[in-house]
Amino acid sequence: MTSGVAASSTPVRAKRVLPGFGLTMGITLSYVGIVVLLPVVALVLKGAEIGPERFWAIITAPRTLAALQLTLTAAAMATVFNAVYGLLMAWVLVRYDFPGKRILDALMDIPFALPTAVAGLALSALFAANGWYGAVLEPRGIHVVYTIWGVAFAMAFTSIPFVVRTVQPILEDLDPQYEQAAITLGAHPFTIFRRVVFPAILPAFMVGVTLSFARSLGEFGAVVFIAGNLPMKTEIASLLAVIRLEEYDYNGAAAIALTLLLIALVLLAVSNLLQARALRYKGRGA
Amino acid sequence: MSAVDDITPGALAPPASRAVPRLLIGLALVLTAFVVVVPMLYIFHRALSAGWGVFAQNILEPGTLHAIWLTALVALVTVPLNVGFGIAAAWALARFEFPGRKALLVLIEIPFSISPIIAGICYLLLYGRTGLLGPWLSGMDVKILFAIPGIVLVTMFVTSPFVVREVLPLMQAQGSEQEQAAVTLGATGWQVFRRVTLPNIRWALLYGAVLCGARAVGEFGGVSVVSGSIRGQTMTLPLQIELLFNDLNIVGAFAAASTLTMLALVVLVLKAVMEARR
Repeated sequence: MTSGVAASSTPVRAKRVLPGFGLTMGITLSYVGIVVLLPVVALVLKGAEIGPERFWAIITAPRTLAALQLTLTAAAMATVFNAVYGLLMAWVLVRYDFPGKRILDALMDIPFALPTAVAGLALSALFAANGWYGAVLEPRGIHVVYTIWGVAFAMAFTSIPFVVRTVQPILEDLDPQYEQAAITLGAHPFTIFRRVVFPAILPAFMVGVTLSFARSLGEFGAVVFIAGNLPMKTEIASLLAVIRLEEYDYNGAAAIALTLLLIALVLLAVSNLLQARALRYKGRGA
Repeated sequence: MSAVDDITPGALAPPASRAVPRLLIGLALVLTAFVVVVPMLYIFHRALSAGWGVFAQNILEPGTLHAIWLTALVALVTVPLNVGFGIAAAWALARFEFPGRKALLVLIEIPFSISPIIAGICYLLLYGRTGLLGPWLSGMDVKILFAIPGIVLVTMFVTSPFVVREVLPLMQAQGSEQEQAAVTLGATGWQVFRRVTLPNIRWALLYGAVLCGARAVGEFGGVSVVSGSIRGQTMTLPLQIELLFNDLNIVGAFAAASTLTMLALVVLVLKAVMEARR
């Protein structure tokens, strides 16, 4: 989020005038080095120690594959929900005025403010047979707790703000003249949205969707409460890694963790690329 | 009202029909109620379902009290360290050009992309018995894993980008003219920071600290790996919730959860106040 503004603004002269480079740089590098880099290096080294063949064997073991598949599928389901819901919320919050709008806007931050374990507890109890939602759904044969739907719902809840909060500012800044022109020319409202508005917010929307997917893949706290964690069925990949740790199977844990880390880094690169493109698009428009 | 709507993009529907906006607003309200509001209300409903007496009893239960104390301790250690780091990193990155600056920016943001549970596993592999530093540390009788230092370190990992991310863009936007002027007039580095920089960034700094604190208090995945979940010793409040849940003490779990929910609501109010002031 910061990288776009980063490069240009610092005057070269400042280097000579302002003090404190050595001190602040030293603190920054030590902190990042000890707190962030060193542990990640430990994981990478452990992964390298396993060797490609064993690594592959661990990743393609049926239980690991089942866990990875569940994680990816549920995260995709959660992301589809958030793509639609996030777009709806961004649209409604930017374009319409109605009583309670500010409260609705503030509510969008709750999933980030609420600890994930709390969210997981609340959702699993709500959807349990004696909970408010479960009491309605269970008799109709719709099971959420201990199924992929529960996993997906928990993931969706914890990543709600991403799409809303990335699309919202872009929608606010959108120049209304193109839409007005389209209205004047008699375009159908939905055509205007599809042909004029959506292309303009698409880059930001894609960034939000990518971030939402990445967060869903990594979500743990909310999911473990509602998933039931049955091997081969509702066990997410990060939980399997923890189980391997508890079994003192450090290779197994490291291989799964490293795979998840690689997926996360690829998604980070994708979102940075999309962000750079979105900024370029914006720059051209201005 | 409707005369203005004719030309604003909000009125995509023809003025005669306000059906589409009504439908969309209604859908947004209903979905948000079901997905966000009800789960939150449900926490208080269940926490108080057996009455205020039981609620108080659950909160004052020694395990939960200890968890509250430990969680506060972790936040009180993490937040000041993170504020210090945030200021240092923002100063170095906003005020100087150096090779590798972009790479450092990416590195600082990385904990946001790494799932906390993976961070926990990294720490276990680093400080564990067979880990990179494990044997050396146990030789010196330093205990990091399954103890408070490990919990603090993982929390520091997870929260490390929070303060920088708020302060850095602001410092870049403000530029360094005022600071340069102060230096030219003979101020020392510390004086420049305290008299010029700090007043300019204080709200962003406070905002970052609040977000960092909220995250530190709520961290679950990463902490659950390194804490070892020793009852009455290394249980933070989120871990205590899981323990009570697994012990089938659901009302107790919700009582503990309701304290964190209250805290989250306070953070949201603080956020709204501070966003207005920035």
